[in-house]
Amino acid sequence: MDLHIDDVTLVYPDGESTLTAVDAVSLEVPAGTATALLGPSGSGKSSLLAVAGGLTRPTSGVVRIGGDVVFTPTTTPREATRARRDRIGLVFQQPQLIASLTALEQLELRAHVRGRRPSSARDHARALLDAVGLAGLEHRRPAQLSGGQRQRVAVARALVGRPDVLLVDEPTSALDHERGTQVIALITSLAAQEGAATLIVSHDASTLASVDTQAVLRDGRLATADALR
Amino acid sequence: MFVSLRDLRHARGRFALVGTVVLLIAFLVTFLGTLTAGLARESTSAITDLPADYLAFSMPAPGDAPGFTASSIDEAQVKQWSSVPGVESAQPVGVTTTRATSPTTTAAVTAFGVLPGSALVPGADDSGVIPSGGVVLSAPAADALAVGEGDPVTLGGERLTVTRIVDADDSFAHTPAVWVGLDDWRRLGGRSAPGTATVIALSVHGLSAEAIADEDATIGTTTLPTSEARSAVSSFTAENMSLSIMLAFLIGISALVVGAFFTVWTISRSGDLAVLRALGASTAYLLRDSLGQAVVVLVAGIGVGSALSALAATALAGVVPVVVDAATVLVPALALLAVGLLGAVAAVVRVGRVDAHAALAAGR
Repeated sequence: MDLHIDDVTLVYPDGESTLTAVDAVSLEVPAGTATALLGPSGSGKSSLLAVAGGLTRPTSGVVRIGGDVVFTPTTTPREATRARRDRIGLVFQQPQLIASLTALEQLELRAHVRGRRPSSARDHARALLDAVGLAGLEHRRPAQLSGGQRQRVAVARALVGRPDVLLVDEPTSALDHERGTQVIALITSLAAQEGAATLIVSHDASTLASVDTQAVLRDGRLATADALR
Repeated sequence: MFVSLRDLRHARGRFALVGTVVLLIAFLVTFLGTLTAGLARESTSAITDLPADYLAFSMPAPGDAPGFTASSIDEAQVKQWSSVPGVESAQPVGVTTTRATSPTTTAAVTAFGVLPGSALVPGADDSGVIPSGGVVLSAPAADALAVGEGDPVTLGGERLTVTRIVDADDSFAHTPAVWVGLDDWRRLGGRSAPGTATVIALSVHGLSAEAIADEDATIGTTTLPTSEARSAVSSFTAENMSLSIMLAFLIGISALVVGAFFTVWTISRSGDLAVLRALGASTAYLLRDSLGQAVVVLVAGIGVGSALSALAATALAGVVPVVVDAATVLVPALALLAVGLLGAVAAVVRVGRVDAHAALAAGR
């Protein structure tokens, strides 16, 4: 399903005044494609991603997945949590893996959070770990994996359960250029394979050769949105 | 509990440490519980085991509670109680703690003076009349004095003969009980006035508490149910209160220890909780996960600690006055579990405030 960000504005309180982090941004990410969100530090990229993931309520505007309105200024935390659980995969700036879980369990956890038996996700989880190049490392804990391997586990975790939308926040910030490019390529190919509408926030355009569209934010506003393919 | 069970395995050192602390507290609480009950029994069992519904004491001085030491009833009061409708039996009972001497040793005992043939003596039957100059010993008293039936015993200067040893462990104020005829008791108890005794044991049928209070006012007595009369044993209340306060403090400390551990633990895993929230875990899911962890630690620590304590108390039963039963083992264990869970709930309630947004920015 497509991701629609419709006229979203996000205003934060800033001392006695306010700060407009996102200013009337509209963006559409079709299912199975990846859009990169670029811009300088403080341009509102991560804020827009937080709104798209229901981590922050927009001040105005709505986020839709397919035809369903999922996040609005009045969405409750419970509704946002449910929407994230059922429809959205998140990849954070750091892998954010849970230290006590093996790579396979990191993925099975998503099924458990959804109220299903962890083993129900095992086949898909193994296939995803295989796809991100971690076959044979399923039973290793985060401390036994390299930084790049941990980020690959995080990507696989976001895609297990086949979410409609994949939101990725600066996934290459801790990786060198080559590994960063590989991780972005991995995300875009897997997202296309799984049919997820993917929005990737990045500050490094050189790693984004594999995305379908690049959008640039400046001072909270959408400056450009160019299709690359 | 998908994550919390794996956390338990992953951080087994930390959980073993807090589990051991809970285990030791449970051991101590359970042992103190069995000891409190044992000391209470050793202090009052001869009273609480009396086959009577009520005990009537002489009216205490204003502001005082009825007590075995100060109580003295006379024959007229016994007769008055006997004539009250609904009273099936009113028997005078003398109670005196005194020194007993056998040919080989000396021990403190409490002598109960009863009417001839009284059913108040354990194991009494038609042939159980205590003859003048005779004494019935409880098994602990016979052991303490190293005597058997037919042996001489001196009680408070009165030379008596052991007529029977009954299989009962009745005791009063931490001394084993013996039973003598009321006339012999008056001599050894130094109460020369005929008809006097310490209390009246009442068996009643269909007599309300209000009616008993009315009769008390008329007769000049204060009547307590037999089960409550242990408070009239001078040492019991202070002793029991001291031990109960220790128990309460230990249970309170347990709640604080568990609460403190899970507060620190919850803070240390707040990053994991933020990630779980970002992945779509509800507050109920996070609470179940965190509290489940506390339940596992508490149940394991308390279960093992209480079981070990019950075993130790059983092994020491011949040396230390302990009562090992469901009330002294399970009740403290359940109280510990309840307050431990309260401590854990107070600690993990913060998971409801975990912000998923924090996971975006956190560097881990």
